[in-house]
Amino acid sequence: MNGIVARLIGARILTSALILFLVSVMILVAAQFLPGDVAQELLGQSATPEAVAGLRHAMHLDQPAPLRFLEWLMDAARGRFGNSLVNGNPVSSLIGDRLRNTAVLAAITAAVSVPLSLAAGVAAAILRDRPLDRILSLVSIALVSVPEFLVATLAVLLFAVKLRWLPALSSVSNTHSWTGFMRAYALPVMTLACVICAQMFRMTRAAVIDALRAPHVEMALLKGASRSRIVLRHALPNAVGPVANAVALSLSFLFGGVIIVEVIFNYPGMAKLTVDAVSTRDMPLLQACALIFSAGYLALVSLADIAAILSNPRLRHP
Amino acid sequence: MGPAESIEDDRVTAAIRGGATRRELLSLLALTGAGLLLPKGAALAADAPKRGGRIRVAGYSSSTADTLDPAKASLSTDYVRCNMFYNGLFAFDAEMTPLPALAESVSDDDATVWTVKLRKGVVFHDGKALEPADVVFSLNRHKDPAVGSKAAALAKQIKDVKAGGPGEVVITLESPNADLPSILATQHFLIVQDGTTDFSKGNGTGPYKCKEFSPGVRSIGVRNDNYWKPGLPYLDEVEYFTIADESARVNALLAGDVQVISEVNARSTKLITSTPGFELFVSKNGDFTDLIVQLDAPVTGSEDFAMAMKLLQDREQLLKSVFRGYGVIGNDQPIPPFDRFYNADLPQRAFDPDKAKFHLKKAGLENATVQLFTSPAPSYGPEFALLMQQSAKKAGLTIDVQRVPADGYWSSYWLKKPLVIGNINPRPTPDVMFSLFYKSDAAWNESHWHDPKFDQLLLAARRETDFAKRKRMYGDMQAMIHDSAGVGIPAFKSSIDAHVSALKGLKSIPTGELGGWTFAEYVWLDA
Repeated sequence: MNGIVARLIGARILTSALILFLVSVMILVAAQFLPGDVAQELLGQSATPEAVAGLRHAMHLDQPAPLRFLEWLMDAARGRFGNSLVNGNPVSSLIGDRLRNTAVLAAITAAVSVPLSLAAGVAAAILRDRPLDRILSLVSIALVSVPEFLVATLAVLLFAVKLRWLPALSSVSNTHSWTGFMRAYALPVMTLACVICAQMFRMTRAAVIDALRAPHVEMALLKGASRSRIVLRHALPNAVGPVANAVALSLSFLFGGVIIVEVIFNYPGMAKLTVDAVSTRDMPLLQACALIFSAGYLALVSLADIAAILSNPRLRHP
Repeated sequence: MGPAESIEDDRVTAAIRGGATRRELLSLLALTGAGLLLPKGAALAADAPKRGGRIRVAGYSSSTADTLDPAKASLSTDYVRCNMFYNGLFAFDAEMTPLPALAESVSDDDATVWTVKLRKGVVFHDGKALEPADVVFSLNRHKDPAVGSKAAALAKQIKDVKAGGPGEVVITLESPNADLPSILATQHFLIVQDGTTDFSKGNGTGPYKCKEFSPGVRSIGVRNDNYWKPGLPYLDEVEYFTIADESARVNALLAGDVQVISEVNARSTKLITSTPGFELFVSKNGDFTDLIVQLDAPVTGSEDFAMAMKLLQDREQLLKSVFRGYGVIGNDQPIPPFDRFYNADLPQRAFDPDKAKFHLKKAGLENATVQLFTSPAPSYGPEFALLMQQSAKKAGLTIDVQRVPADGYWSSYWLKKPLVIGNINPRPTPDVMFSLFYKSDAAWNESHWHDPKFDQLLLAARRETDFAKRKRMYGDMQAMIHDSAGVGIPAFKSSIDAHVSALKGLKSIPTGELGGWTFAEYVWLDA
């Protein structure tokens, strides 16, 4: 079994490298379609033709795009992501703290929302069509249909402006003490959890209900297995695959899709950095951000697949 | 603040909020003056600035493009920071008169050769004394295209900068310009140290030293104890960052997380004024959103069509419903009424659909449909365009409003499309405004307007040192723009900031919000 997993991981890494390369090509091509370039964006309203030409030359933007991409690719392969065209700082130093902030926010959100939604999902599936299931489903639909900027703004209005319990901003500089840490992360984590919990809950519930409908569960019921044994031993292992994928998809959203939360709570994370990179046409920074997002996504999906295979003997012997 | 004083304050504020008449307020204040409500001396004590304290300030736009290089500075976020760390040779006062700052005195020979005497005893944050070489370096940088200076166009007129006698700099211009001190008082001409290549340290002569600067995240300035202005600054520390979302910015202020915010939307003003402990800071500003008709475009390019569009601007409605009263009516020329060169004799153009119809007919565009490009990039751009759409109906013109993303708007739509909404920031002098936007060969001649007489007057006024004569010349030029350029200027937008009531000392400088971005130098906390 170890051999199978090792081979699987090896194949995953190879395809991931190929996917990352394709992503960077796609980013390059897509960026060519954006109006203006970094020199024009930097000069803004003061972009006279001569000023743009001078700045382009100074940034080596007057070389053809494929050539610049090739140079970038060679450097990136050696782990060097170059300097930002906009402020001249190394891309790695710009990303460093932000990546850590995003990872912390994602980790806390995951730690809160994964157990919560899985437990709720399983409970709702077992008690299908009972009052608890009805209530949980209703709440989750309500949460999933409210956009997160509304959740965030309402939460700030209530907890920060009216009650003054929590800060309106999530400043990472105030997180040295335990209470400071909790206070800083409470609102953003709550907002994000509202969105992803609802999705994970619904997919878990569906997957477990599906598994409970399978013939072998009926068999277990007929042979007189206890209710908890049916769920834990016979149904759940078969639901792990789809549930793991649902969790992976929801968590990958935490990498790149939290721009609204970052903007509202002034949280310096990766999403805002990427938006900056796009709006200033800062290619080295944009490429690095895109690669990090894709790599994170690929890693999560791969983990989900591996979890599914490990939990399900049938998938181990294709 | 003593209890008696705060009670008194509350009483006056409550009276104002409760809609007290002028007479009631006066009597209340008279009571105060007679010492009936207030212990003697308290009013005086409240006016004396206190030292110490730290504030957190939230601006509205920031990205990884944030910089501490004055030449590259763009938008208020950079200006605020640069004003904390650097000084210019001159600085504007509330009347937009350039006063000497790092310069001690200045003399000119025919407005062409300028000798600037530098202030003595000024040191950079790293301890080096300010010398002529620093000024020479700071001014010459703008002419190097690799620097990417935003002031390159202005710097072109500087022919030569060199050190003169001890503590003296001699600036020679290509042609006479009486406005040089005003130009040197603008943001991009702040003085940096000779030979600086790494601007991340913010090593200047300004009131605060840079303790932290991370682009797109925040910056922290701590008091410069060796600042050359005695007693300033008052605060120990200023943290500056941005909250891009306006409602989040207002919430952060009301929740007590920040003490000052800039760019408050007119919609939020009521929320702030109705919460005790918070105040608005409204300052008149030369910033305007304009309607641009390219005069040489096919179909819509004609003076008649431009005049029709100018007549279709419902200025009162725009000021009332979009600006919510926070602004001043404009008259299709770029000099605001509070500028010392404003031409007050120019009749105000009014909203007149009938007259517009007449001009549309002359332009052959009766009952036509035209495309107007707009985006949120110019402030209130979409609202202005929709208002134009509504009023154009009254003259039988259909405006097809094309709302495009803010991203890339300035490079792809502004100056490119024949009919667009633009936005011009205040400029320090009429000469700069006219040279950048109305001279026949200006790169940003928005409406492609050409008038040789205007160009001649511009050059003549530039070398004229007599104020009355200059004012007359600029007045004539305002009339020419008002009559024939293809630019409609409906109103000037006041800037609205908000702060906790304990913050005192803000003053208005019309170049921009937060006292022309210089507030950090002189505000203080009444703790």
